[in-house]
Amino acid sequence: MREAALWDMVLKERKNSIITKGKQKNQLKCDTDSVAGCVSQRACVYCGARVVLNPVTDAIHLVHGPIGCASYTWDIRGSLSSGSELYRNSFSTDLKEQDVIFGGEKKLARAIDELVAQYPAKVVFVYSTCIVGVIGDDLEAVCKAAAARHQIEVIPVQSSGFAGNKAAGYRAACDALLRLIQPTQTGISARANTINYLGDFNLAGEVWIIKNYLRQIGVEVNVAFTGDSDYEALKNATAASLNIIQCAGSMIYLAQRMKELYGIPYLNISFLGLEDTAESLRKIASHFGDEEMKRRVEELVARETARVKPTLEWYRRRLQGKKAAIYVGGGFKAISLIKQFREIGIDVVMIGTQTGRKEEYEIINELVDDGTVILDDANPSELEKFMVEKGAHLLVGGVKERPLAYKLGIAFIDHNHDRKHPLSGFVGAVNLAKEVYTTLCSPVWQYV
Amino acid sequence: MLDCTPKEIKTRTGGVINPAKTCQPIGAMYAALGIHKCLPHSHGSQGCCSYHRMHLTRHFRDPIMASTSSFTEGASVFGGGANLKTAIKNVFAIYNPDIMAVHTTCLSETIGDDLPTLIRTAEIPEGKLVIHTNTPSYQGSHITGFSNMTKSMVNYLSEATLESKKEQVNVIPGFVNPGDMREMKRILRTMGIKFILFPDTSGVVDSPMTGEYVMYPRGGTRLADLKDTGNSKVTVALGSYASADAANQLERKCDVPAIVLKTPIGIKATDQLLMALRSQFTVEIPYELEEERGQLVDIMTDTHFHFHGKKVAIFGDPDIVLAMTEFVLSLGMQPIHVLTGTPATGGAIGTMVGNFEDEVQGLLKEAGIAGKVKAGGDLFELHQWIKNEKVDLLIGNTYGKYIARAEDLPFVRLGFPILDRSVHSYLPVVGYKGAMRLIEMISNALLERADRDAKDEDFELVM
Repeated sequence: MREAALWDMVLKERKNSIITKGKQKNQLKCDTDSVAGCVSQRACVYCGARVVLNPVTDAIHLVHGPIGCASYTWDIRGSLSSGSELYRNSFSTDLKEQDVIFGGEKKLARAIDELVAQYPAKVVFVYSTCIVGVIGDDLEAVCKAAAARHQIEVIPVQSSGFAGNKAAGYRAACDALLRLIQPTQTGISARANTINYLGDFNLAGEVWIIKNYLRQIGVEVNVAFTGDSDYEALKNATAASLNIIQCAGSMIYLAQRMKELYGIPYLNISFLGLEDTAESLRKIASHFGDEEMKRRVEELVARETARVKPTLEWYRRRLQGKKAAIYVGGGFKAISLIKQFREIGIDVVMIGTQTGRKEEYEIINELVDDGTVILDDANPSELEKFMVEKGAHLLVGGVKERPLAYKLGIAFIDHNHDRKHPLSGFVGAVNLAKEVYTTLCSPVWQYV
Repeated sequence: MLDCTPKEIKTRTGGVINPAKTCQPIGAMYAALGIHKCLPHSHGSQGCCSYHRMHLTRHFRDPIMASTSSFTEGASVFGGGANLKTAIKNVFAIYNPDIMAVHTTCLSETIGDDLPTLIRTAEIPEGKLVIHTNTPSYQGSHITGFSNMTKSMVNYLSEATLESKKEQVNVIPGFVNPGDMREMKRILRTMGIKFILFPDTSGVVDSPMTGEYVMYPRGGTRLADLKDTGNSKVTVALGSYASADAANQLERKCDVPAIVLKTPIGIKATDQLLMALRSQFTVEIPYELEEERGQLVDIMTDTHFHFHGKKVAIFGDPDIVLAMTEFVLSLGMQPIHVLTGTPATGGAIGTMVGNFEDEVQGLLKEAGIAGKVKAGGDLFELHQWIKNEKVDLLIGNTYGKYIARAEDLPFVRLGFPILDRSVHSYLPVVGYKGAMRLIEMISNALLERADRDAKDEDFELVM
């Protein structure tokens, strides 16, 4: 009864954000603000900036605002470091009432001084939060003065929460990174076969897997943005002769700017699933037009595929015919997941993203079967409705989606910060299959 | 990760390193979840709501529903009034709760949205309710937010409609887990006392798996009961920081006397709760509870030699930490470092009663122990204290694990949030049963460490 009533009353505005492939001709509405009063799964500008920058391991990440914004983002990113662990601390100016009234600039300056005295960092990122945007603290000026005082870089991140959605935060983070990587007068000369790997945050060590593949085909990763990156490596970012982008949602802007400013070309790639991983490696080799590299790619693809195929086949036989629902942050991941699920015999019956872009939704629409529900910025009720209606056995999502799936007796895997196994590359394809199998075929569902 | 924490303590005035608190709105959201068929609503940017839901979801491992006003640039320039009105309309149209509990954020507070007027002039469907509380994130902590929302329940809902008061008690549980609220209710039922527990998140954030998802599970304090709190004979507020404000407000508004007690963690605080209830309602303590108490004392005597003289550091929310300090003292332990992130006073809006530092120091003094105590502290400082004077055990929320690892300390997880262990929210730490569970947790932590560190010749079967 509630179900029917609810659906009757779904707002007209939301109707355009949900389509069923093959049924409607109209285009999906995306990249818009959420409707006030919705139980949105989306986050804010600050969140977007924070997730992109936080993996810079040896930076002081100082959140300028009341305590919450720092508390909720304390070490939740899941990105691993091979060096400094500084980024895993939580620094906040912890603004109080008097700071809000009289301004927080002095406190911010003191915070920077104290932190720089405490921790050996060459760069401080200062994140602005909602309130800073309203009380009008001059972040630029405070950061500039602090940088001069300490002879290190102090970079403001313009991430007031209300000024757009998470995607605007990605952009704010990219702007901060652009300031950091700006070469000095002497300049940095580009090195051949050296790339920057954009949009991988080294969750569960994924950057390391991809670096290893690239090394095998003769490509050196200059720096990853931003998984396991540090000050020195980022400073040298313009030495790369190519940028490859995994998470386009967060990094396409940086790639475009680096192309404009430094003439570094970029390629969209995806290392999720066998098909996309192989394709991406080929794309890189053909970009460099290097025959030896192409040969190495084929060798690597053949070897790695042969290594994982029997295992994937084993899983495919057991998972064949199962139905998956996907609700993830960005579009690129959604696209790769459709293909990856196909590799293990699973159909995608519902798919949505928080911040997918129009181009990405077009690709999604092409990839999925007729009848698949596609939705943007979904709320929990919509996820529930379509998972149940479409008979999904599995949901792929983030923190907030997990208990929702479980309550419905639906299996779940985290393809977000809380992932515990790397899901990239050939080995990641096996890990994903294993995770899917572990949750789908657990005996616990018998007791529901 | 914490290798940069120096032993030498210098005064810091530029904010916080590794906080031991979070902001008001999440506390308000949690309290609002304790009303049956209530949808909490965050009046601010989308991120706030998303973060609170995420954080609560990680702690309770249950779906946490709340809506948001989804502020944009325009809202923060022209005020969020239009957003709130649209939100109210949409929430009732789509999610159909009985009541919507709005809390503010630092953004909407700073802009200065006038919530009472906005709510008064909003389109609210017949028979539905909207309540609100002010929760500026730059004052107090999540505990202040919990307190403020609970107080707003009184402001909006409590009514004294009868000539004489009913033989029933209002119990305000404070910011505790649903497992604790269930235990409080069990104790009250066992004593045969009619009660209204509010807010009550049991059955909401620990709802059973049925294979069906319901937006509003069976739990939560009923609206009729919230109204009826004004007719109760007495209110027992458990924890001065989270619960006293609401109880005092109920006394002012409806003439229901307030009794403020500690969160009933440990034998002494539980005794006090039972004694207060007994004297108010002239009932005997039933054998079932006497037996539990006897068992607890038995366990305490069986295990006291494990605990005696052991030094402990405790951090977390003020009510929990205060009661826990008292409990470890009763076990013969020495709580030498006691810290809460919540500031001593909540500021203009959150006029919290209680003085954490004095109260804890009072307990320590009584026991003849010299210890460091701080309200409004952070975990960087707690770590420094520990570096200066080692402890045998650390008790606190999940964030203690970094210190526990850096200093190789046994660690007992208690309070909010616990993000890296499960089941904790289902089982109580309050009452005699809860005290037994805490003893089990503490002694397991200490004895497992003893086993791990024992040389072969000292490794013992019987401990």
